[in-house]
This record gives sequence, structure tokens and C-alpha cells, in this order.
Amino acid sequence: MSAASAATRIDDALAQSWYEASARQRVDALLDRGSFVEFIGPERRETSPHLPLFDLPEQFDDGMIVGRGRLDGASILIAAQEGRFMGGAFGEVHGAKLTGLLRAARELRTPVVIAFDTGGVRLQEANAGEMAIAEIMRALLEARLAAVNVIGLVGGRAGCYGGGGLIAACCSALAVSEQGRISVSGPEVIETNRGVEEFDSKDRALVWRTMGGKHRRLIGGAEIFVDDTVASFRAAAIALLARAPALTRAMLVAEQARLETRLDAFGDCADALDIWRRLGIADAASVPAMSYGEFDALGARITEVIHDAR
Amino acid sequence: MEHLNYKHTARARATGEKKQALVGVVASGNLEVLVERVLPGNECEIDIRTAAEGFGEVWKEVVADFVGRRSPGGLKFSINDGGARPDTVALRLAQAARALEGDGT
Repeated sequence: MSAASAATRIDDALAQSWYEASARQRVDALLDRGSFVEFIGPERRETSPHLPLFDLPEQFDDGMIVGRGRLDGASILIAAQEGRFMGGAFGEVHGAKLTGLLRAARELRTPVVIAFDTGGVRLQEANAGEMAIAEIMRALLEARLAAVNVIGLVGGRAGCYGGGGLIAACCSALAVSEQGRISVSGPEVIETNRGVEEFDSKDRALVWRTMGGKHRRLIGGAEIFVDDTVASFRAAAIALLARAPALTRAMLVAEQARLETRLDAFGDCADALDIWRRLGIADAASVPAMSYGEFDALGARITEVIHDAR
Repeated sequence: MEHLNYKHTARARATGEKKQALVGVVASGNLEVLVERVLPGNECEIDIRTAAEGFGEVWKEVVADFVGRRSPGGLKFSINDGGARPDTVALRLAQAARALEGDGT
């Protein structure tokens, strides 16, 4: 292979859509070319012990890819969820791989990048999956207390829901694309529990302006809004690793204060459009249709995003 | 779930140096293929776990066609299938063989 064609392939890999890419494609293209080394790879066949009980197909990596590599020359640990397998949901093995990675990060003092793509806990592994979420959150916070940055990237088809939303909230910083959605209860869950008047899950515009990347960016739920390309996520991960805040008591106090301020400012808003107007965006209705460039320019004017809270 | 296993003798050993490759994902109408260079000589094995039961004859034909077209000697293919159509299976098998030969991922 010539140097020119190799360069073209790297450009192609970086230009590909993050949303459309598989978890493995994201990992390979996000990291420096050829630097990824997988831990507990598919050849180990560490599959779910629960899915066979339900006569359901397994996946050799259980939908979670973990390993190490280099990002802009620096050593990092990386985890990526495959959102197309069981909706990227957390099961026992899937979760244990991330827990182990975060514990290694604390010991090795190596930063972590997590590419979320999940609907939450895998229903078939309910208790084991819930336990996994708790273990991951503990391991993540222990890593952060040891001054290890953990960066979350959200832009996959499953979004980042349920326990995934909780884990994302524990991260040092997040980058989200327009396609990314971050929440705990998903649209269908809210509608099922509270009725269609509370939340119409079939109203895609409502879902996106309530949980989507643009809204999360505007209210400060994510530090960086990125375009839907691997290159954009890569640049955001590099930037966030360099500037993420440490987990300290002072930071937590500041975060609590900011969340209270946010609630005071927007607590009575019935819709994201009301919040955007109150943020000073005169033509709030135009936000969903804005291009990446237009929205990025708008986001830079909104001071709400500069803080340590989400 | 149904377990199927086919053993063939290929015309030649697969080229390339890579030890293993993984393509595809387990989802409705899709499958993952893990290919490993672990068998001696021209042996080829395809091990399948599929959610769609009762299609053994179709699998047998698709696998035989694949082994005849390529030369996957020395390779073991392990498949987790979410009910993919035969054309998707053929595509994934070819993709896996190409990925192992290198420069095809």
C-alpha cells in the first residue's frame, strides 16, 4: 500500500459518520492509526451467561470493546459500546469489562475515553446489569478521585439512556453530537409511566429538543457540541482530556450551586423552546434546523455552557 | 437457537498474516463473523449459532458456495446470527475472509 493511499484511508476513516460507524470502526478511527490493543477480545468468547437462558444470540465481545491505545500520541484507555447489539445495553459481562477498565485506569493513572451507545440496562440481565451500573459508577468516581480524567462521547444510534445516562453524568466531561441523546428515562419509558400528555415518544422533534445534543449543549449538559464525524469526536476528546476539571469537594459544591441556579432559572419551563428563549435565543424555533456551523456559533454565545455541572 | 457446524477442505490456505478478524454485529437480520487462522493445512470450519431455526440446508449451500469461491484453508469461522438473509451471510463471510487477508477492514 502506498503512503498516499494510506493517507486517503485515514482521511476516509476520520470523515465517516460517527452515528453510522460500528463501535469497532469508532475505536479504530478515533485512536492514532494502528495503536489499539484490545483487552478480552472476541476470541476470548467472554459472552453473556444470561442470554442463552432466554434462547437469545450472544455476541463474542458482549457489545463492549475495551482496550488501550494512543490519542494524539498520549496513552489512553478506551471503551466503546456497540449500540446495534441489544441496543448497547449493559449486562453482566458488558459492564464488568468497563468496571475493569476504570479500575485499571486508577491504578495506571491513565485517562479514559468512553464511547457511549446504550439504551441502559439489558432487561434479560436485570439485577446483574443494575449491579454493573453501580460498580462502574464507583470505579469511575474512584478513578477521578485519583486525578484520572474520564471523557464521555455520545453520538450513537442508541443514545445514552438509563444507567448509561448516570455513568455519563459521573464523567469529567462530555462531547455530544446532534444525533446523541442523553437522559435517564427514555421517551417510551416516560410515556408508559406518565401518559402521552406528559411525553409523546412518537414526537421525534420533542424527543430531540428535550434530550438531543443541541439541548444538552445549550443547558450545559455537555461541554462540547461536535459534528457527526469521527474527526470531530477525536478533536473533542483530545480537547476535553486536556482541560477536564478534577473531582474535588470545591468542584462538587460549585456544581451543586450551579444546578440549583439552573433549576431556579428554568424550573417553570414546559418545553425546551421556553428554555432557549430565556437563554436569549430570540428565534428559538430555528435551533433544531440549524447546521453544525450555525449552532456552534450560537453555542459559543451562550454562557450557560461554561461550568462543571451537567 | 440452533447450532450448526460444517467442515470443508479448501483448495488452498488463506493468504495474509493476520491471526483473526471480526466483522458484522449481532442484530436483527445481521450477524457477526469471527475468523481465526487456527486450523492446519487446508482445513476450514464454519461454526454457526443462529436465532432462526430450521435453515440448515440453506446454510449448508451458502457455506459450500463460499468455500468454493474463496480459498479459506486454515480458517475457522465462528458465527453468531440474528436471522440474516443468505445474501447478507455470503457478504459477511467474504468480508471476514478479506479482513483476514489484510487491508480489507
